[in-house]
Amino acid sequence: MFSNRMFNLLVPIISVLLGLIAGAIIMLSFGYNPIDGYIALWNGAFGSPYFFGETIRQVTPYILTGLAIAFAFKTGLFNIGAEGQVIVGWLAAVWIGTTVDAPMFIHLPLALIAAAVAGGLWGFIPGLLKAKLGVHEVIITIMMNYIALYVSNGIIRDVLTDSKDSTDTIKESAALSANWIMELTSYSRLHYGIIVALAAAVFMWFLLEKTTTGYELRSVGLNKHASEYAGMSVSKNIILAMVISGGFAGLAGAMEGLGTFGYMPTHSAFTNIGFDGIAVALLGGNNAFGVILAALLFGVLKIGALNMPTVAGVPSELVEIVIALIIFFVGSSYIIRWALLRLKKEGN
Amino acid sequence: MENHVIEMLNIRKEFPGIVANDNITIQLKKGEIHALLGENGAGKSTLMNVLFGLYQPEKGEIKVKGKKVNITDPNVANDLGIGMVHQHFMLVDTFTVTQNIILGHEPKKFGFIDLKKAEKEVADLSERYGLKVDPYAKIRDISVGMQQRVEILKTLYRGAEVLILDEPTAVLTPQEIEELIKILKSLVNEGISIILITHKLKEIMEVCDRCTVIRKGQGIGTVNVAETSTDELASLMVGREVSFTTEKQDANPGKTVLSVKDLRVKDNRKVEMVKGLNLDVKAGEIVGIAGVDGNGQSELIEAITGLKSIESGSIFLNDKEITNLSPRKVTQSGVSHIPQDRHKFGLVLDFPIGENMVLQSYYQKPFSKNGILSFNNIYDKAKRLIEEYDVRTPSEYTKARALSGGNQQKAIIAREVDRSPDLIIAAQPTRGLDVGAIEFIHKKLIEERDKGRAVLLISFELDEVMNVSDRIAVMFDGNIIANVLPQETNEQELGLLMAGSNQAKEGAQ
Repeated sequence: MFSNRMFNLLVPIISVLLGLIAGAIIMLSFGYNPIDGYIALWNGAFGSPYFFGETIRQVTPYILTGLAIAFAFKTGLFNIGAEGQVIVGWLAAVWIGTTVDAPMFIHLPLALIAAAVAGGLWGFIPGLLKAKLGVHEVIITIMMNYIALYVSNGIIRDVLTDSKDSTDTIKESAALSANWIMELTSYSRLHYGIIVALAAAVFMWFLLEKTTTGYELRSVGLNKHASEYAGMSVSKNIILAMVISGGFAGLAGAMEGLGTFGYMPTHSAFTNIGFDGIAVALLGGNNAFGVILAALLFGVLKIGALNMPTVAGVPSELVEIVIALIIFFVGSSYIIRWALLRLKKEGN
Repeated sequence: MENHVIEMLNIRKEFPGIVANDNITIQLKKGEIHALLGENGAGKSTLMNVLFGLYQPEKGEIKVKGKKVNITDPNVANDLGIGMVHQHFMLVDTFTVTQNIILGHEPKKFGFIDLKKAEKEVADLSERYGLKVDPYAKIRDISVGMQQRVEILKTLYRGAEVLILDEPTAVLTPQEIEELIKILKSLVNEGISIILITHKLKEIMEVCDRCTVIRKGQGIGTVNVAETSTDELASLMVGREVSFTTEKQDANPGKTVLSVKDLRVKDNRKVEMVKGLNLDVKAGEIVGIAGVDGNGQSELIEAITGLKSIESGSIFLNDKEITNLSPRKVTQSGVSHIPQDRHKFGLVLDFPIGENMVLQSYYQKPFSKNGILSFNNIYDKAKRLIEEYDVRTPSEYTKARALSGGNQQKAIIAREVDRSPDLIIAAQPTRGLDVGAIEFIHKKLIEERDKGRAVLLISFELDEVMNVSDRIAVMFDGNIIANVLPQETNEQELGLLMAGSNQAKEGAQ
């Protein structure tokens, strides 16, 4: 009835549709018109150049954190630490952006690399502990998130500034933003970062599918025992996977620091970019190009939803519920898979 | 009209794309042991799953004691008195024998489990059928043979009159097999009927009354065991003549390739499993290690191949020390390893079979250039190996998981032998395979020996050790306790040696 490829495509699509339907039922039961609501959502994401620009801006870090989680998944690891890696990446990018003086072609790449290295370091620690001591990466990465949050706040307050709650703005030469893009999108905060994100997706695909290193990473992810038998170093690959995964998340932080904001405020809570990346990776089937599509959907929901309270009168709490429902159905795609398989069986 | 307890008539079961069972008829008489013989993938399990209610047949009917029945699920099968002992036991390790037997059918008193009553019932049943099972023992403390009896008791406790045993001897020592055969005979005397799924012809000849053969999903027919021979059964099963005693010339051993000296290895629990073992394997000979599972064989292989670091001692390959080298260095120095557990170690099941063919050599030219994989070269090699070793797969892009066990094993052997190693370590290379594949693998190992390679064969199957080896080393409790020549020993003696009997050892010397 369906080919495997179709099947893998069908599951996320049905998940999203079910989420939208459930959202509609919630809106109806609270007396709001779901059609108006969803039209407002659509217009809020695509209705004007400004909204469109904002949507793409939101998609950018989602792609990168989605890639981070997906990359770790492919190697059999669960990187809950993308959140912390985003924060340290953001801090490192802004630190370089504010303190170094260099022409753009040096300054901007340097700031991006610093973000990736910082995120990579934040992934290296749990990777090392997992590889050498067998400590589960989920526990360590969760803890590393808190360390990142509070250490970065401390550095912003006491090292980069004098008790202020935000860093200075980065220098022009380190900025991802460009005037012509802003003008084109009616002064949205869209920036060059989307190119970095798309390049990162291509990089991940190429690394995993085409290189010797990727072969090892995939092999270790699928079967540790056979990989060890074949002479690969399992611990080296676990560490490498966590470092690269952290690097992607660190770059997501750079998108915020060098693109969207141009500075880093102290955070009282997590940014959620890293956590949302988990859902993005799941919905994208841990595949580089799937992640791009899933990030697009999340960006549309996040930005489009901002338009729902003002235009359709749906309160923002309900909008959050609708988004959560979509994620719920994505997470429970197992049920959809099962239902489709039954259909498939009976169809035959 | 004969007295049939179970009749499966003209059963047909289809799966998408294949017909697993086509027009198979099997009729079980009361009180007989009936063998169900077929190669792996012939459809034995499918047929039994139909009888057990896990699958519904497309065509055909099932009769129990002459009455047509519709077995919709395993509970119906249980109620009809059909019990099944699976190849992999389904027992809770930390529970006692009794607790395992009553699981799901607990006798209750005031809402609490009446363990006393259950223990007495289990003891009674055990005595009646001569099973000698201790109802109070914990599963983890009893031998594999004893665990199997617990599984049999479990079905009897549930009132089974028809017992299906799936490859029951695969996990047993020769002595345990004899005991099992006695038990089966006493069960039959008590009126139980037995279906024995197997591909071991010798056992069929020994215990079974009749034998139904299926080949590639087709029912070939039922024969009286008394009127047939192993040769006839084998050719019925495979569809052509099969040779059992593997044809081979005498070995022509050359210089020593592998030399293990005073090796000590601990397992993961830090228990010493290999205790000062010495072993030499020469070029052009096959040394078979006979022994019951768990006497240090796995640790010995892991130590040689670098998967496990050793406590003391040394390992030499062609006079160069390879003690405690990494698996990659050991591979590079000329060792190939056909691992015991092909799913866990031998293959990445979710990789295409082509990518599995370069599992150790993916980083070398021509498969990788400057860190980029050359899939053309990888798949060219895979295609060549698939053809040479007759690996049956839809294509080299098919996932290894989709292949049958025999073809997975052929793929591993293709990969390992093709590297032209000096030493081939083959651990249980034919476990779970059918006669056709076994024949092929034995022939390959002997071919490699004739090319001057040293082969170390580890097997729990005495037939295999006796047939293929040029020299047999018996391993017991972490040491080689005897070296014997296959033509100068017999199964009885080997069996006793494997059980650590000193008497037999003296007799052998």
